[in-house]
Amino acid sequence: MLDLGFGPDGFDARDVVTAVLVLVAALMCFAAGVGLLRFPDVLSRLHAATKPQILGLIAIVADVAVTNLSLGTITLALAIVFFQSLTAPASAHLVGRAAYRTDHFDRSILLTDEFASRSPETPSR
Amino acid sequence: MIIVIAIAGLLMAGGAVGAIVRIIRGPSALDRIIASDVLVATAIIAIGAEMAVNRHTDNLPVMLGLALFGIVGSVSVARFISSRDDT
Amino acid sequence: MRARIASGLVPFLGLVLLWMLLWGEFSLINLIIGMVLALLVSAVFYLPAVRLSGRLNPWRALLFLVRLVWDIVVASLQIAWVAIGPRRHPLTNAIFAVTLRTRSDLVMTFTAEAVSLVPGSIVLDLDREEGILYLHAFNVLSLDDLPGLRREVLATERRLILAAGSLDDLQRLRDAESDGGTSGSSSASAASAAPAGGEGSAS
Repeated sequence: MLDLGFGPDGFDARDVVTAVLVLVAALMCFAAGVGLLRFPDVLSRLHAATKPQILGLIAIVADVAVTNLSLGTITLALAIVFFQSLTAPASAHLVGRAAYRTDHFDRSILLTDEFASRSPETPSR
Repeated sequence: MIIVIAIAGLLMAGGAVGAIVRIIRGPSALDRIIASDVLVATAIIAIGAEMAVNRHTDNLPVMLGLALFGIVGSVSVARFISSRDDT
Repeated sequence: MRARIASGLVPFLGLVLLWMLLWGEFSLINLIIGMVLALLVSAVFYLPAVRLSGRLNPWRALLFLVRLVWDIVVASLQIAWVAIGPRRHPLTNAIFAVTLRTRSDLVMTFTAEAVSLVPGSIVLDLDREEGILYLHAFNVLSLDDLPGLRREVLATERRLILAAGSLDDLQRLRDAESDGGTSGSSSASAASAAPAGGEGSAS
């Protein structure tokens, strides 16, 4: 059954928390989608994809934990955030490195590239 | 509350559509991986939002599973692509 | 010795905890099956042991986590705003190098993780021997911003070392900071001195 919030006993503070956190998470999803469309190259889109998602996930998981306070919920919520924040940088790094190695990015919007000036084994353009 | 749910749903749908457009258009395979990651993350967040609104925790293990294994696809494709030069 | 016990025990306990979390209940039968499976997994899928330092300062660790969450919130909002808001100037990025002071793989890994999570930076590559992180920074408007970004990375590393670094790393951190007076200026100058021909040549 869909509970629309304002029950018979009227206004509930948890509804406000739920509403705010769900909106924050939804906004982050939207920002990620828009960022994917608007940003010019792979590495920029990578930033758009990873960062807002983690805040959205934290907001949602905190939301679930607040609306159902129990030990199991909280530990599971912490585990979700922990694993997501552990794995997201790893995949971002691998995708970013692949993009750099295969030259799938826009060099003209880089202010500086200290990696190219450092390492001899980077592919020559 | 119903208004909040509607707005949140629209925003999430907007994000998902953005990701799908990028999957379809994306000039390189890497763009498509990133976009599909975003799509998975949007799905995770939508599942969580439904739980928060309806006050249950039945799908938390689903979220944990997706958070754990969402990495596999992008890592394997990124690994594969870095061995070739023109994809 | 303490460090070696901790290095073996922490992944084991983590696996048991994960098993119980996946079932969603903390019962004796879950605990036993979880321990059996954890032993099995760590025996079959053997990984080289990660060397933990055997030292943990809970207060510093809490400070680190709180600061990390704060940084994530700020960074996410900034990037969301860049994505949604009006574009006043073309988007410019930068790839820059930071020389870390730690010699521990674990601290280096977690610094890279934490840096990847917070304000617009992704680790592109790292040099394990030299302890250099190569970061891709998002929405850098001018080269003058780079020392500030470097300082933030080194501050993250500093918080991690204070929380869980080895005594060796702590000593190295103190040495690096006492070299140039205040922590900020010394770490910035140490970092900018490291990349050979860095900023000027590539731009």
